[in-house]
Amino acid sequence: MSDAVTPPAAVAGTGIQKRDIGIKRRYAAERRFRAYGLIAIALGMLFLAALLYTVISKGYTAFQQTAISVPVTFSEKIIDPKGEGAQNPQGLMMANYPVLARNGLVKELGIDPKNKKLVSAAGKMLSAGSRVQLRDMVLADPSIIGKTLPVWILASGDVDSAFKGQVDLSVDQARRQVDDQQIAWMNQLAKDNILVKRFNTGLFTNGASSRAETAGVGVAIIGSLYMMGIVLVLALPIGVAASIYLEEFAPKNRWTDLIEVNINNLAAVPSIVFGLLGLAVFINFAGMPRSASLVGGLVLSLMTLPTIIIATRAALKAVPPSIRAAALGLGASRTQMVFHHVLPLAAPGVMTGTIIGLAQALGETAPLLLIGMVAFVVGFPASPMDPATALPVQIFMWANEAERAFVERTSGAIIILLGFLAVMNITAIILRRRFERRW
Amino acid sequence: MNAATTIVIVLCLAALGYVAGRLRANQVAGNVASSLHSRPGYYGAFVAIFTALPALLVLAAWLIISPLVINSQVFDSLPQDIQALPDTDHALQMGKINSIAQGLAQLTPEDEARLKSGAVDMRSLLGEKGVAIAGEVDDYMPAAARKLSAMHSASELYRTGATILLAAAGLLWAWMQIKPRMRARNSVEAVIIAGLMLASSIAVLTTVGIVLSMVSETYRFFSSVPPLEFFFGTVWDPRFAAAGEADSAGQFGLIPLLAGTLYIAFVAMLVAVPIGLYAAIYMSEYAGQRMRSVVKPLLEVLAGIPTIVYGFFALTTVGPFLRDISAQIHGLAFGEVSSFIQAQSVLTAGFVMGIMLIPFVSSLSDDIITAVPQAMRDGSLGLGATHSETIRRVIFPAALPGIVGALLLTASRAIGETMIVVLAAGVAARLSLNPFEPMTTVTVKIVNQLTGDLEFTSPQTLVAFALGITLFVITLCLNFYALYIVRKYREAYE
Repeated sequence: MSDAVTPPAAVAGTGIQKRDIGIKRRYAAERRFRAYGLIAIALGMLFLAALLYTVISKGYTAFQQTAISVPVTFSEKIIDPKGEGAQNPQGLMMANYPVLARNGLVKELGIDPKNKKLVSAAGKMLSAGSRVQLRDMVLADPSIIGKTLPVWILASGDVDSAFKGQVDLSVDQARRQVDDQQIAWMNQLAKDNILVKRFNTGLFTNGASSRAETAGVGVAIIGSLYMMGIVLVLALPIGVAASIYLEEFAPKNRWTDLIEVNINNLAAVPSIVFGLLGLAVFINFAGMPRSASLVGGLVLSLMTLPTIIIATRAALKAVPPSIRAAALGLGASRTQMVFHHVLPLAAPGVMTGTIIGLAQALGETAPLLLIGMVAFVVGFPASPMDPATALPVQIFMWANEAERAFVERTSGAIIILLGFLAVMNITAIILRRRFERRW
Repeated sequence: MNAATTIVIVLCLAALGYVAGRLRANQVAGNVASSLHSRPGYYGAFVAIFTALPALLVLAAWLIISPLVINSQVFDSLPQDIQALPDTDHALQMGKINSIAQGLAQLTPEDEARLKSGAVDMRSLLGEKGVAIAGEVDDYMPAAARKLSAMHSASELYRTGATILLAAAGLLWAWMQIKPRMRARNSVEAVIIAGLMLASSIAVLTTVGIVLSMVSETYRFFSSVPPLEFFFGTVWDPRFAAAGEADSAGQFGLIPLLAGTLYIAFVAMLVAVPIGLYAAIYMSEYAGQRMRSVVKPLLEVLAGIPTIVYGFFALTTVGPFLRDISAQIHGLAFGEVSSFIQAQSVLTAGFVMGIMLIPFVSSLSDDIITAVPQAMRDGSLGLGATHSETIRRVIFPAALPGIVGALLLTASRAIGETMIVVLAAGVAARLSLNPFEPMTTVTVKIVNQLTGDLEFTSPQTLVAFALGITLFVITLCLNFYALYIVRKYREAYE
């Protein structure tokens, strides 16, 4: 720098002539600048950690559910007072099963059955889902009427939250959902190993429910799987065909330019606009059923198409021209060259792009809201034409529920969704690492 | 026979055609493969294509056209006074006739007898069969329903016959065409290329579909609400009135929604741009290979998380956190604890959206900064500039156009984002400058107007399409401009 002008001897001797070029200040600025960069990265990591921590800490408990082993007496007086038995399935359907469960629990706890207040408080500890559970048992095997069997019945959502320690017990009991008496009973039952936490299979198999303890993402998973299937069947072949045409055959003219600009734009169109398209075209115009996973699949296919096309084109571009020249030189037609040589070599890239596109489609919520997938679906959809919901939509619906137990469910569902996405993305990365060729 | 069975039969015929074509090719060549123009498989494919393609096209056309023809014929046979009803009633009547026809198909001969003798009325009988009829069954309906089902079954019969005959004829014709000098491969490849072309035009069709559907619905909306009132109105009050109420006209002012959208996007950019840019600069200019290989994928995880998860994060964590901390600050400053940030607010939504956008900014800018030629760095460093001076005075200005393009793309994403704002921004449409209060966005209102029971004639639902096209046009302009800048910039250094 400017020091070079002065003879070295002078510098060594006095150092007075050394011009101040602000090295200290500039180095400080350098350090600050680096620090800003590091802080930015640290903030990004912090946000990611906070997000994952929130979801996991709120949600991991959802994979366990509190259940109580109740000795249920299938009393004939309550189920079948007229003694009609199997002749009257309607009667068996309508019987007051929760009372059976409550009576069993009352006996277990040793409460005086005449004390109405205590009995009703005990009954509230059990999930109202016991109605369906016990009814199904009786309908499956009417001979159990009159017998006493131990049955695992889910605890109510509030007791479940309390047992998992999510309820602040220092609050006055009038202001929380579980009172001190119920807490005492809960601890008593837990000590006897009658009330325990068990793995929550219901979360994976149940459909929608207004009660947190019996709500699950079963229907949503099936709906999402249907939609992924449709996206795979439609978007993959169409996307690959379109990119082959654009990359290998298309003449360079206005039409192909238009297509290209279009694809780039579609990739950046807000997803909710695709929902409006689906609503106007597939439901209003073509008359397809609302809430069906078929329509959802079609909309998501259109959305995923640009992603797949862009990835496939990149993969086709990466195949070196020498391969093409060699194939053509040996007498292959252009179609043979593409389908026999270029496409197989590009396949890993296509697969990676498809999986990433599918992962995007799996997490998409907004367009599905517009085509009516915000439905309360209890039964499993037998075909893609039946009403269903999707995993992210189920999360959206649960996120709007106020109950504490639903917050846990929502986070649990998010963990499941993120799990699916992680598996898909890791598969894509492995495919890329394993099969990617550098030419 | 239903359409699916017909398709299966046609496909079986096509498979048969493939085998037959191959055999025939080998036979005409006298098992000397070199005397054939194409390889035997192409002759098989040629026959298969001519078997399946025309037949399936006819089937598809029939499936689309026949219901229209049948409905109009049945409708013409209805009594005059019914035909004179307004259009909306027509759909209702035809719907009823359709369900009666469905129900009649399930009746047993005994049921028919009971019906004739007048022992049961039609509606309750069909109800027993699980076919619910909305409203009373009028006298003319059973006749029309019978006509409808007769025509349907006739059409189905003709359709099946025509399709299978055509398939068989195609098979036979193509099979007869096979000669050693016939250029089967060229024909097959022409069909394949036509298919590829068709696939590539789907992207254009999608855009056309988006534009057409939204323009037509928006046009209907503007017939009840003047465009000026929509684009320049400052009050959003759509009044979800009960259906059928005539004077349910609300006010549909776009301005408050647009203001909310832009405000939230602005806050998001305030969070995302500095963090994203500094992260990108650090990663491309300072970080070593090992740090890059760890940090970059981790930041990209943020981009892979579905937006609904961000929405939930905003709703349950960030919103309450900001509310509580503002209460603490208020308490320290004024001695009275009351929160001035609401849980659903511009700040909450914008902040969380900003987190979501960090990876977009960082990875786009990273690419652009890396693309700046090494010679420019070397030149600046060689003249004695420090690393950060090089970045600020040389690399950043050189990369600026590209970075602006990247930021525009990010902004377009922020404007079109839905789930975060649905959960975290609130639904109150108001004009305000206070970031601590809830505001609403265009996307939130689209979702609000279109979830729930719909009636596609009211301005309350049609307005969603007007909002949608506004959003589409805004993001389209941003994308076009951004892509243009990015592309132009890339060319400059390549």
